[in-house]
Amino acid sequence: MTALSMSSPRSIAWPAILKEAAITAFVALLLTIPLVGLRTVDRPTGLGLETRWAEVAAAVGLVFLGRLGLCLIRDGQPTVVLVLAAVATAAGFFIKMPTEALRVILIAGGAIIAIRAVIAIRTGRSKLSQAERDQRMDRIAAKVQHASRWLGPIAVVVALAFPLTPLADRQLLDIGILLLTYIMLGWGLNIVVGLAGLLDLGYVAFYAVGAYSYALLAHYFGLSFWLCLPLAGLLAAGSGVLLGFPVLRLRGDYFAIVTLGFGEIIRIILVNWYQFTGGPNGISGIPRPSFFGLADFVRSPPEGTLAFHEMFGLEFSPLHRIVFLYYLILALSLVVNLFTLRIRKLPLGRAWEALREDDIACASLGINRTNMKLAAFAIAAMFGGFAGSFFATRQGFISPESFTFIESAIILAIVVLGGMGSQIGVVVATLLVIGLPEAFRELADYRMLAFGMGMVLIMLWRPRGLLAHRDPTILLYGRNGKGTGGAAAGTAAAGGQGIAGGRAK
Amino acid sequence: MTDLSMTKTPLLTVEHLTMRFGGLVANSDVSFVANNAEITAIIGPNGAGKTTLFNCITGFYTPTVGRLTLRHPDGKEFLLERMPGYRISQKASVARTFQNIRLFGGMSVLENLVVAQHNKLIRASGFSIAGLLGLPSYRKAESEAIDLAKYWLDRVRLLDFADWSAGNLPYGAQRRLEIARAMCTEPVLLCLDEPAAGLNPRESAELAELLTFIRDDHKTGVLLIEHDMSVVMRISDHVVVLDYGRKISDGDPAFVKNDPAVIRAYLGEDEDAELPAEVANDLPEVAQNDVKRAEEGA
Repeated sequence: MTALSMSSPRSIAWPAILKEAAITAFVALLLTIPLVGLRTVDRPTGLGLETRWAEVAAAVGLVFLGRLGLCLIRDGQPTVVLVLAAVATAAGFFIKMPTEALRVILIAGGAIIAIRAVIAIRTGRSKLSQAERDQRMDRIAAKVQHASRWLGPIAVVVALAFPLTPLADRQLLDIGILLLTYIMLGWGLNIVVGLAGLLDLGYVAFYAVGAYSYALLAHYFGLSFWLCLPLAGLLAAGSGVLLGFPVLRLRGDYFAIVTLGFGEIIRIILVNWYQFTGGPNGISGIPRPSFFGLADFVRSPPEGTLAFHEMFGLEFSPLHRIVFLYYLILALSLVVNLFTLRIRKLPLGRAWEALREDDIACASLGINRTNMKLAAFAIAAMFGGFAGSFFATRQGFISPESFTFIESAIILAIVVLGGMGSQIGVVVATLLVIGLPEAFRELADYRMLAFGMGMVLIMLWRPRGLLAHRDPTILLYGRNGKGTGGAAAGTAAAGGQGIAGGRAK
Repeated sequence: MTDLSMTKTPLLTVEHLTMRFGGLVANSDVSFVANNAEITAIIGPNGAGKTTLFNCITGFYTPTVGRLTLRHPDGKEFLLERMPGYRISQKASVARTFQNIRLFGGMSVLENLVVAQHNKLIRASGFSIAGLLGLPSYRKAESEAIDLAKYWLDRVRLLDFADWSAGNLPYGAQRRLEIARAMCTEPVLLCLDEPAAGLNPRESAELAELLTFIRDDHKTGVLLIEHDMSVVMRISDHVVVLDYGRKISDGDPAFVKNDPAVIRAYLGEDEDAELPAEVANDLPEVAQNDVKRAEEGA
């Protein structure tokens, strides 16, 4: 695309533009007929097909208009397009549409085109080159990274205060717990994938080991949650070492495939060893956590024990336990976060990052690669185990179905999307990957479609992850000293490269 | 051989080293001695097996046959061919650089040099436990590590770039940084694989100066693969020449420069002498065949 100055808008070549928009609309038609137009429904007579031509027509029409808008931006009419796109977005918000999907497309599409128009007006060019876009995103990522110094504590305070506000109802607390669980898993996996650069596709196995450790120990031996939590962590770490020993000599793709297999092995053992694990029926009646072993969250405690509300002289409320669980997972995930922040500045963490960058050079510097990788694996597995036993006690019921490959994929997506190695990136990505689908539950049909589309777009525009930015762990001249400016800020955040590099080897 | 003088002590002794990859013989029966606090250059045409030799010495390959003995100045001996790769750097104190630079590109220059001191630091950090607790013993070790890094950064004139990410440095600076990183492991033997490749003459001269400094002031033995003969002839104390995996010459630079075997390997032989008798006899026949084939084709 050619760069045009805004001062000389050239005459608009309508036939060419209309042709381009029509071609785009045709492609959209081909795509939307199977994806949107046809839908299978369960009928008493069997599986039937339902057609939704109205949605197809609407989608194609909107794509046509959108492409028209983009062409007009290119031809030097961004102001007009901006107004129209803004109107479309507003219409999406305020006017009732026949279907929810239409509304979302209108809002999202209108907003994207409006942003493009604004960029065109401000820079005088219709399109930024890949390098420029990367640079801009890098700058934003660096800013967010620096802002996380004060943003992090604020977020923690907000998270701490949230259950005390009147906003906190059962549903929001549950979503909060869900988000925090994934944040914790993301931070845990970040140690292996983001820092050590090992693509682990079976992280959910350690989550499962942790969950089943607690469930089985409680079921067979009646051990309490507070005793089982460290045990579950140890068992998960043990399984991490067990997997790690034979596997860590592999690199890149091969390593990823074996971890994927390990995740499935664990799940299939859980399904088939039904005498011990209950098989596909799972384990139910897993005891709920007590208040540090001092009091239980029940209305009327059995003789000789104390109830939480009696202990603090409160009115009984079923919310107490939810709030306690919320604080528990918040504390657990903060432990993971603090650990990672701290270990990055220690030789172990630096060795992990060095391994990610170039493991042959590491060997030449006398770093014992196997031990370092095993440590990363075991520690990440331990945190996965903690999260797993939390999951078990929160649900009260677990079955192998909760530990399928898709869970591993989601956790990995969170890490990759956020920008490998970035702590704040994991939080942002969790909000996007877990939070958005929760927020748009009404759009159930389109959730996965939108999810897939979002992933494709992000991989196209920002392959290294949204907030891929790495700050050096040690600075000779301080934050504002010489040399930090362009150089350190522009670090090739190596997560993506680490994996790509591992593949190339 | 140069070890006639009494002041020279052998640092690395390579005996009958042979390295085969299947049917390919990369090194065959190579023996030489590299002395302590000397620069030993290994030269030879492309494909002569220089880098393979390096990989054997630094533990990336295990030699098929042969013995590699490293004798520290304090008398400790290590049989390198029996040690796993990382131990050669960790215990035997052999450091190396790579032909294609292998820095930790996404990490800062200073971090690169601190990672090089990993083994020292991880012990000081109590395998991370003391480090996680923030004990003063670790902090002291870390500040010492930074001092050493600063010393070498100053030496290779990269002190101002300490906080840059290593991947953003210009090429010549990356070469120097790799040497600094290797020196941060405090080696007794430094193996450099074509350190002057891609450097301009001024940078090469600086490199030569740096290597002589490492030899003279740090009493470190240097093993050097290099194609740039101006560097090799100026600074090395001892030159080993390889061709087709065999050692063809060994001695001081002046001797090697005039050795007919070396000249033959680099420049080829006289045309008459080149062809053995059978080949020369076959030649007319081959030419005739060519003519026949051409006729058939037409």
